[in-house]
Amino acid sequence: MANELILLDTWVSPFGMRVRIALREKGIKFEYKEEDLTNKSDLLLKMNPIHKKIPVLIHNGKPVRESGIIVQYVDEVWHDKAPLLPSEPYPRAQARFWADFVDKKVFDAGRKVWVTKGEEQKSLMEEFIGHLKTLEAELGDEPYFGGEKMGYVDVTMVPIYSWFHAYEVSGNFSFESHCPKLVAWAKRCMQHDSVSKALPDPEKVYEYVLQLRKRLGIE
Amino acid sequence: MAEVVLLDFWGSPFGMRARIALAEKGVKYEYKEEHLLTGKKTPLLLETNPVHKKIPVLIHNGKPISESLVIVQYIEDAWSDTAPLLPADPYGRSQARFWADFVDKKIYDQGKKIWANKAGEVQEAGKKELMESLKLLEGELGEKPFFGGETIGYVDVALVPFYTWFYSFETIGNFSIEAECPKLIEWVKRCLERESVSKSLVDPEKVYVDLILVLKKMYGYE
Repeated sequence: MANELILLDTWVSPFGMRVRIALREKGIKFEYKEEDLTNKSDLLLKMNPIHKKIPVLIHNGKPVRESGIIVQYVDEVWHDKAPLLPSEPYPRAQARFWADFVDKKVFDAGRKVWVTKGEEQKSLMEEFIGHLKTLEAELGDEPYFGGEKMGYVDVTMVPIYSWFHAYEVSGNFSFESHCPKLVAWAKRCMQHDSVSKALPDPEKVYEYVLQLRKRLGIE
Repeated sequence: MAEVVLLDFWGSPFGMRARIALAEKGVKYEYKEEHLLTGKKTPLLLETNPVHKKIPVLIHNGKPISESLVIVQYIEDAWSDTAPLLPADPYGRSQARFWADFVDKKIYDQGKKIWANKAGEVQEAGKKELMESLKLLEGELGEKPFFGGETIGYVDVALVPFYTWFYSFETIGNFSIEAECPKLIEWVKRCLERESVSKSLVDPEKVYVDLILVLKKMYGYE
């Protein structure tokens, strides 16, 4: 059977971006389907009945869910092209640890910033920047978290860069002044087609965030 | 230092996952207890897991690995020639990872709503959510002896340690998990027939008396 790939996603989701980057890094063709999360499609509800979330990768009719799990799946099926996870057990474990850190700490704090205001938001922003500094220390002097090439942690983390502008305007600060090496790393990743094509225009992300906060009655 | 060291806490379901995986692979290791109830963390823990400062931490030839499911996957990769916990095919692996992730996202937090609260709205919500999650897991198990098929696998290892906390949930929440998920309890008993599981899991009553009730007092969850 020919490889049929459908990605259920939304343009602004950093989780969906991870999958888009992984697929493009490996030169894999796929059909992109934009979901309206206020009106979820029957296909999404059928393919992810438990969490009802995007992204979902449907490969020859079979669904793979949760962005990190999808990226690992893609890496295993198309293991001969642009490998994302290291082949040795210890570096693999380290890559999984840091991707988990991105999910549990970075993305979680980053998300909470948007649904809070005032002092609570300020303290979450500080927490968010703290986590970015931890990541920056882990990167050290390497060009990528994956070493000489982009790897699993780069793919997991870089999507949030498209949201940096929104954070900077809302919080009236600059990431460059707090974590310049991380910003340099993100720009390096953006030179890859797979990344620049997957990440949306930061201005559009900012408009989206303003509307989200209005809808939630925060502003 | 021994070749393989596990920093752990006797009552932690996350630590039990690592214990089961090591036992399944027949790996000899040195178990080091972190006395978390004293509120003090050892220098070794702080040095080997500076980011989260949590157990379990597996130290293999001096190199530390943290986060229980990352540890289990590492054990799988490092001792790949015995007792595989994950299926060989990528799709099967993705499904196993999905369900282990489901256990991680739901069970601990839902259980905590039960044990860390008095009878009331939050506790009731915890009971309802926990039972929904366990029923979904029971459905995923289906007619298989184990989540891993004929033998225990990644999802079995991820979930079965939480059985040691069921007695605490049931006693504090005044309900029965077996009544609503009998097949899941049968699965637990099947798992306990394996030495790797029976030697890694602790007595549920000990968890209730020496851990949960102690935590409730310590944090004022009464």
